[in-house]
Amino acid sequence: MSEVSLLKQHQMGVVAQIRRYGLYRWFFKRARGDSPFKRILIHVVLIAACIIAAYPVLRILIISVRPGDQLFTTSLRLWPENATWDAYRRVIFNRDFVLWIWNSLLITTATCFVGVTIASTSAYAFSRWDFPGKVSGLIFLLATQMIPGAMLMVPIYILAANLGLINTWRGLVVAYSVQAVPFSIWILKGYYDTIPFELEQAAMIDGCSRLGSFYRIILPLSVPALAIAFLFNFMQAWNDFLLARIMLQRSHMYTWPLGLQRLQDQFQTLWSEFAAASLMISIPAMILFLASSRYLIGGLTVGSVKQ
Amino acid sequence: MGSLTPRIIGQSIEQVGLTILAVVVIALGLQFLFYAILSKGLNTRHSLPYTLLVPAIIGLSLLVIFPIFYNFFLAFTDMSLRRFGFERGMTMGIAQGLNNFRNVFTAPVLQQQYFFPVLGRTILWTAMQVTVHVSFGMGLAILLNRPMKMRGVYRAIILIPWAIPQIVAVLTWRTEFNAQWGFVNIMLRGIGLEGIPWMTSRFWNFMAFNIVNFWLGIPFMTVILLGGLQSINDTYYESAEIDGASKWQRFTNVTIPMIKPVLTPAVILGVIWTFNNFNIPYFINQRGLETSDILVTALFRAAFEFNRYGFAAALAIVIFAILLGFTVAYMKITGFNPTLKAMNAPVPAGSRRDK
Repeated sequence: MSEVSLLKQHQMGVVAQIRRYGLYRWFFKRARGDSPFKRILIHVVLIAACIIAAYPVLRILIISVRPGDQLFTTSLRLWPENATWDAYRRVIFNRDFVLWIWNSLLITTATCFVGVTIASTSAYAFSRWDFPGKVSGLIFLLATQMIPGAMLMVPIYILAANLGLINTWRGLVVAYSVQAVPFSIWILKGYYDTIPFELEQAAMIDGCSRLGSFYRIILPLSVPALAIAFLFNFMQAWNDFLLARIMLQRSHMYTWPLGLQRLQDQFQTLWSEFAAASLMISIPAMILFLASSRYLIGGLTVGSVKQ
Repeated sequence: MGSLTPRIIGQSIEQVGLTILAVVVIALGLQFLFYAILSKGLNTRHSLPYTLLVPAIIGLSLLVIFPIFYNFFLAFTDMSLRRFGFERGMTMGIAQGLNNFRNVFTAPVLQQQYFFPVLGRTILWTAMQVTVHVSFGMGLAILLNRPMKMRGVYRAIILIPWAIPQIVAVLTWRTEFNAQWGFVNIMLRGIGLEGIPWMTSRFWNFMAFNIVNFWLGIPFMTVILLGGLQSINDTYYESAEIDGASKWQRFTNVTIPMIKPVLTPAVILGVIWTFNNFNIPYFINQRGLETSDILVTALFRAAFEFNRYGFAAALAIVIFAILLGFTVAYMKITGFNPTLKAMNAPVPAGSRRDK
């Protein structure tokens, strides 16, 4: 296929393309000159990978709509007979699910704001000044990422027990606020570095103070990076199990990972409810993740490849 | 709505709100104090940046630095649930510390398992996982890195295991490995094989959580490597082709070197995260089989199930030393320095959900 016809193909709509080239030739557009057999093979492999990736999640949906009398069946049907959304109703109204979600949402959102505030001001210091201890500070922040979480749990637990923070949210709130700070500082510092200092100088000549220029110039320009930092903070606190597990013992204080684990423990009787709860938690998270995946994963590839 | 009553909503907002308020007030107060001391008293040029760093320094001291030092202190005590603090008969000393470290290597870490089998299993688990993640991830990335229909759809579906909250994923897999009702065994029986006792057999339990982590880990590696592949300019391949390089030669002489800046940090972090992975070995081990514990889950159970805090602290230090040794050795061998690179580019992280 010549360059001109490829160009034309791009300008045409999908339907027009298919009509013009026929389904077969359209689908196997010759871009690299591979044989149709090889291309079918590639699609087969990728479709198989997709099935493996998606099937367990699909299973959650199937189980969540099973009616009570078919809960334990060895059928692998893709949609059970007499499917019912009853389990969702029971989870929402009869279990503590909404309470757990509320607890998680409240703690997570509150700690995100604190975490991002701390990180954004610290990153500004790292980005705009050369002070003694800057490099070692940055290396220390990186090194914290290598410490096993479980290693810090014993001291944190004993510290919390001595301060009377077990079975309160106070300790959890403080811990979650700081948890993602090292990584957020890295992201934000990298982003601030790309903002020219002249912008700030101009503002300062017009009478802006140093912190004023941070607030009026840097922060508004850094909204994309702040959003990513917020998302990281949110993810870490939202998905945390370990810290919540050692800090909280009363079920009315549980965050959703603890609650979900409790539902799973009783899956012999509550399987469809466990599945319904899992799905309700996962859908918003999955949409958020897939929508922002390019930015989230970009961190690794952007800076390092183009050096 | 279950037990979410307005009263509980009020109480929870009050508790969280007051804590946040206290954090903000304390942080601001300390910042003013530091600024006053630094700019008036010491008169340094750097008073503002140091002041801005105060909250982060205090927070990280509480959450990271203090626990590390406290961990060393604990390793020299015999703290347990019964001896929780000096007033309850806890003793401390060099002899006690040496005893703890000796116990790590010579006494059972849990009830039966000794340190070295657990270490061996951890290394096996890490090596298997990272190898499979990188090789399968590379394979899928190469397939996805060609012009074709549906590429975006494939990419999105393959990313599902990464996007689903990890706790949901492991709890679901734990259910699906049920010998009778889980789909894994139903499928095995469907093709005429016998069901596998995933939760009771030592070998199969180990395989079970390996399978789960393959499922969770390959998608992320695929997308990272795909990003790396997409940044390689086609002209390199064209000139290699003109020079008569075979497909394999193009892979080893163009793809591998060009993708190395992405691959190396991904491998280092992959090793660290897998080595430290807690959720998967802990949850896919419903019966608490000791033969399925890796170092970090053994550490957690020594501390929070057997309440041997002093011993667990010593074990934690040993684990950290191993990890540090690996990182330094790897950096020496490959000549890779993450701190230099990281000065310019952030490490990956969407990823860091396993803490």
